Amino acid sequence: MSLATALDMRSGEGADIVLRGATVLDPVAGIEGHHDVVVRDGRIAELAAPGAGEVAGGEEIDADGLHAFPAFFDPHVHLRTPGQEHKEDIETGTRAAAAGGFCGVLAMANTDPPVSTPADVEALREAAREQASVPVGFLATVTRGMEGRELTEMAALRDAGALGFSDDGLPLRDARVLRRALQYQQLCGGTIALHEEDPELSGAGVMHEGPVSAALGLTGIPSVSESTTIARDAALAAYEGARIHVQHLSAAESVEAVRAAKAAGVRISAEASPHHLCLTDEAVRSLDPRRFKMNPPLRSEADRQALIDGLRDGTIECVATDHAPHAAEEKEVPFEQAAMGVTGLETAFAALHTYLILPGVLDLALVVERLAGGAEPFGLERPSLAPGSEANVALCDLAATWTVGEEGYESRSSNSWCAGEELTGRVLMTLAGGQVAYRLRSFSLGVAR
Amino acid sequence: MRHLLAVEGLSRSEIEAILDRAESFAEVGRRDIKKVPTLRGRTVVSLFYEASTRTSSSFELAAKRLSADLVSIKAGGSSVDKGESLKDTVATLSAYDPAAIVIRHPYAGAAQLVAEWSEAAVVNAGDGKHEHPSQALLDLYTLRRRLGSLEGKRIWIVGDVLHSRVARSNLVAFQAMGAEVTVCGPPTLIPRGIETLGCEVAHSLDRLDEADVVYALRLQKERMAESFLPSLREYATRFQIDTRRLAPRQLLMHPGPVNRGVELSGEAVDSPQSLISEQVASGLVVRMAILYELLAARERPAPVEGEGAQSPTPLGQPA
Repeated sequence: MSLATALDMRSGEGADIVLRGATVLDPVAGIEGHHDVVVRDGRIAELAAPGAGEVAGGEEIDADGLHAFPAFFDPHVHLRTPGQEHKEDIETGTRAAAAGGFCGVLAMANTDPPVSTPADVEALREAAREQASVPVGFLATVTRGMEGRELTEMAALRDAGALGFSDDGLPLRDARVLRRALQYQQLCGGTIALHEEDPELSGAGVMHEGPVSAALGLTGIPSVSESTTIARDAALAAYEGARIHVQHLSAAESVEAVRAAKAAGVRISAEASPHHLCLTDEAVRSLDPRRFKMNPPLRSEADRQALIDGLRDGTIECVATDHAPHAAEEKEVPFEQAAMGVTGLETAFAALHTYLILPGVLDLALVVERLAGGAEPFGLERPSLAPGSEANVALCDLAATWTVGEEGYESRSSNSWCAGEELTGRVLMTLAGGQVAYRLRSFSLGVAR
Repeated sequence: MRHLLAVEGLSRSEIEAILDRAESFAEVGRRDIKKVPTLRGRTVVSLFYEASTRTSSSFELAAKRLSADLVSIKAGGSSVDKGESLKDTVATLSAYDPAAIVIRHPYAGAAQLVAEWSEAAVVNAGDGKHEHPSQALLDLYTLRRRLGSLEGKRIWIVGDVLHSRVARSNLVAFQAMGAEVTVCGPPTLIPRGIETLGCEVAHSLDRLDEADVVYALRLQKERMAESFLPSLREYATRFQIDTRRLAPRQLLMHPGPVNRGVELSGEAVDSPQSLISEQVASGLVVRMAILYELLAARERPAPVEGEGAQSPTPLGQPA
């Protein structure tokens, strides 16, 4: 089932477009080379020889020197709707996704109130059908009101269209409750995505515990707060034969815990965020919470290297931004008082390209593959450029440099961890769910020539 | 120096300039009229979001001795209590065109934010568990008067290092002046990774005799509730500095206020090697020196050429 069918988005015309002479790269489909990407009525019609592709009445784009990738899929974003629309809503959040080259996102359920009833899910899906530029899926909470005590009506929520379940933002501290949810999953399906943290170990922590927290006098969140909980939950998933997805890995010990669980046959998948892959706790020395305060926190260089290794060897199958918008006043306060979270949709590809691909740490093909790796853990079809697929395409200029935030953001919030950074590599155009979801303004002017 | 936000980042010569300036103010303190006109017509705002006796009073007296106008704001009873954000409070105070803002705040980095939001010179009078640079400078001043140079001296900082901004500032300051520092306390109260700041870590007082100076930290009694300590008695048994553990040649310091019978025995506080009251006395002259270095060394910006570069238009005459 295509993303547009499985998820919800604004209805619109299927795109008719030729990306002429693009450098096409879809490592999973085994496509690499110069082609005219021919999109007819929202589907990849063919990959033609450069200059040979035709679309009657369609738009032609000179993609010489540009890269066409399968668009990205983010299984972890916060659209803040309902209740916190001053930070983000479905329209602005999916616009940010499209601007980052994403053709689909999964919205977390820790809204105000949390998404805990079938009616909540139905209302969000209806809103998405009016407002979303890219296909959106909604997760529901595992426990009612995210209180960690009683299960939601998981089967009814699935019937209403919940893609999966998560109490993200908070861990499930009660192992018995998680065990019941994992048992119930046999009845209703739906991947359970876990924010892994031991709240007692994290305490009042605001950053990674280590030399930097010691120097700054900030309370640390130890790595073992995350890894011990992952080990517990992997054991529960193994015992129940359940399917779990571990969110935003941050620590080396956590990567090891996931690796060990996979080796033991546990049905577990994992994600890492661009900020954890690119930055360390050294950044916190600036005491700038707008860019550098999030949970889990930025950790040490050894942790960052372990995440990179995990991404490379497949322990971590996908990149997820944990796009977490916050209003300016929630971030313009001392570090300890500031809200946790940074935005990441608009910069994910450019940041990974700048920090990891250009220096030769990771291959372009691997990053492209992992940026679209978030669909399958939730039972969705991976975006593909293979002919016949729904058109989900990110058209990127790998040589373009831009300063993040200089022209504002598509997101309603500006707490980008890359704010003010010059990045190399830019998404020029995104096709999502068969529709043109985004064009960089200056790029569309170029097309008119 | 534009602001005093942290000891971290100060050069040895910047530190010495402040200590030298403090020496010159010590002479002022011996005069009958203990006031100099240096900051006449300029405004110093003292903004305290946490209870403080010695820091706030000595900054305020320092500002007055330099003839500044002083606006003193305590969190209790001000608009801060009504939920006003720090940013808005700073914007409000900026209307007074303060030359300096002295701020104490329960969270790290607050002074740095005020420095970003305001034109004033900002003095960090304690931000969370991060830094307390004026305390470190007055401690250096006190030690310099007693010992001369700190080069090669061994200083032990003993107690609740984890929750202490004084420990952090002094650790950096002592090392900047050439001393070797050991931090000592139960493992629950020593921050993980502190040794990367260049100090040694000890979990017992067995080697205390190697210290030239013992700097004891205040132990807050609520630490038991969070499982940092099993009991005050157990803490005192192992880590209290008393006259038995302290050799006569060793100097004793404490930032105050002291919990007698917990981190220090009463006799140790009152012993001849205790510098605790000298530290308080040093506070005034060092804080005068800090305000002087930030403000007198940096005069008001000259008017832009072409607009009011000549003498101002006399009152009552058309411009």
